[in-house]
Amino acid sequence: MSLERIDPETVEFDVRTDEILINMGPQHPSTHGVLRVVVRADGEVVSEVTPHIGYLHRCAEKIGENVTPRQWIPYTDRMDYLAGMNMNLGWALTVEKLLRLEVPERARHLRVLIAELGRIASHLVAAGTYGLDLGSFTPFMYCFREREKILDLFELACGARLTYSYITVGGVTADLPAGWLDQCEAFLRQFEPVIDELHAVLTSNAIFIRRTAKIGILPPEVAISYGCTGPVLRGSGVDWDLRRDGEPWYTKMYEGYRFEVIAQVSGHYPQDHKYPPVPAAAVLGDSWHRFYVRMLEVVQSVDLVRQAIERYRGSPPDCGAPVRLTQKLPKGEAYLETEAPKGQMGFMIISDGAAIPWRVRARSSSFCNLSVTSELCRGCLIADVPAVLGSLDIVLGEIDR
Amino acid sequence: MDVPSILQRLSDRFGPQITGSNLEAIDPWIEVAADALPEVCRFLRDEPELRFNMLNCITGVDYLQVDPKRKLECEPHVEVIYHLTSLVCKHRLVLKVRLPRWKDGIEGQLPEVPSVAGIWSTANWHEREVYDLSGIYFTGHPDLRRILCPEDWVGHPLRKDYQMPTEYHGIRAR
Repeated sequence: MSLERIDPETVEFDVRTDEILINMGPQHPSTHGVLRVVVRADGEVVSEVTPHIGYLHRCAEKIGENVTPRQWIPYTDRMDYLAGMNMNLGWALTVEKLLRLEVPERARHLRVLIAELGRIASHLVAAGTYGLDLGSFTPFMYCFREREKILDLFELACGARLTYSYITVGGVTADLPAGWLDQCEAFLRQFEPVIDELHAVLTSNAIFIRRTAKIGILPPEVAISYGCTGPVLRGSGVDWDLRRDGEPWYTKMYEGYRFEVIAQVSGHYPQDHKYPPVPAAAVLGDSWHRFYVRMLEVVQSVDLVRQAIERYRGSPPDCGAPVRLTQKLPKGEAYLETEAPKGQMGFMIISDGAAIPWRVRARSSSFCNLSVTSELCRGCLIADVPAVLGSLDIVLGEIDR
Repeated sequence: MDVPSILQRLSDRFGPQITGSNLEAIDPWIEVAADALPEVCRFLRDEPELRFNMLNCITGVDYLQVDPKRKLECEPHVEVIYHLTSLVCKHRLVLKVRLPRWKDGIEGQLPEVPSVAGIWSTANWHEREVYDLSGIYFTGHPDLRRILCPEDWVGHPLRKDYQMPTEYHGIRAR
């Protein structure tokens, strides 16, 4: 549904409407967690959307002031709990930046491998639940089936399926078990055709396109002003990915890797693979484009995982050791942002020279991405509010911290 | 543009309003007087060679020694840290504002810093968060309410002298 097909004046003429406030959440399934949204609507047309957050607030930053950096890693798992590995990585790199610590070659490739698998898993949940929001159940099952296989791989590597604490300050907690890479390659072989299936049931599905195209259009300058990052920013055509444009402490991890930043630049997306065409109905920056960017990033991540496997095999068998818990931190401050699946996840550590940091800070990507909702929903229909919220791919554990 | 050149530009333009800097730090930073913050930020955003169009993060830090075992080599104060990025010029900057822990030294009166929500929209929520958790008042903010804690919460949890409540609406807290 889009606004232009319903002439508001005709509606007004036929039916008298009043302005009403509608409460969605905090237990509404389409808000992806405990998010409460107050919608001000006149009939079906939304004039204002106010998100109320904080239902999952644990003040993780305060906890971080009382534990050592390595002890805080499990708390980062619980921020974006759909991409725990990427959260671990962000924090580990930040502490390593403060310690000026380089990890061995093998740990670097292992981190790329794990982080990109994490990205695939997170984007699969985003795609599946987005389909669910819009009323199609099948893609949800397809996506979760594939995600399960990634979780199985993660379980083999570190013993956990959701809260991994695998990537740690100084490297990873343990090297991969024997035979893991073969299983991972088998998964990738089997997974690639599934992406085409998902394109068939979602990306190029006529109903899906009508529910998402021209809905919640986000102009690039508004996206930047609101601090939107990740697929939300790239869906508006901004060519910005920290894996390429980030600080050297992060980008050197991806040194030598070949990948394309998925964003529509001068009218088209990268052509390195056979991607489904952009439908005529979609305009840059709408919900459909945000979804499309995620789907294309999955293909990029599959490529990156393959490259990482190859490099990992050729590296000396040393994947670093976690720093000691009593390791004194040098006095100073370090802030680092990494490209997590949902956007730029930033961590900051301030140290006064003790083993326990003076202050830690987590800058959440979903927090900024959610703040733009009110802009996006102005003038859309009530039924489109879940379509817009779902396209932002938020996770409340990370917003509330 | 690297941070020393940015510092030079800012010093030429704002003179004594640029109150300090540390170019040797891991993330080099520039300290700005609270009153001049909106002007400096607008300059950083609009100047063609700087173009800091994205505000990444606002952090509030409380420097107060409560644990006698830790040695803090500064007077008690709070700091607001702004991390900026230019997507156009691909450079980064850290801005700091140093404030007293309490306005006019009266405990309970929150220190004030001008809001930058009119310059970067994302500052709206970030400033609400810093207000909520670190207890810093942003003057000129369009809607300064608590964001993560409930509206009737007492105190600002990331202050070093914050006391955990024993109960909240009949829920035992510790």
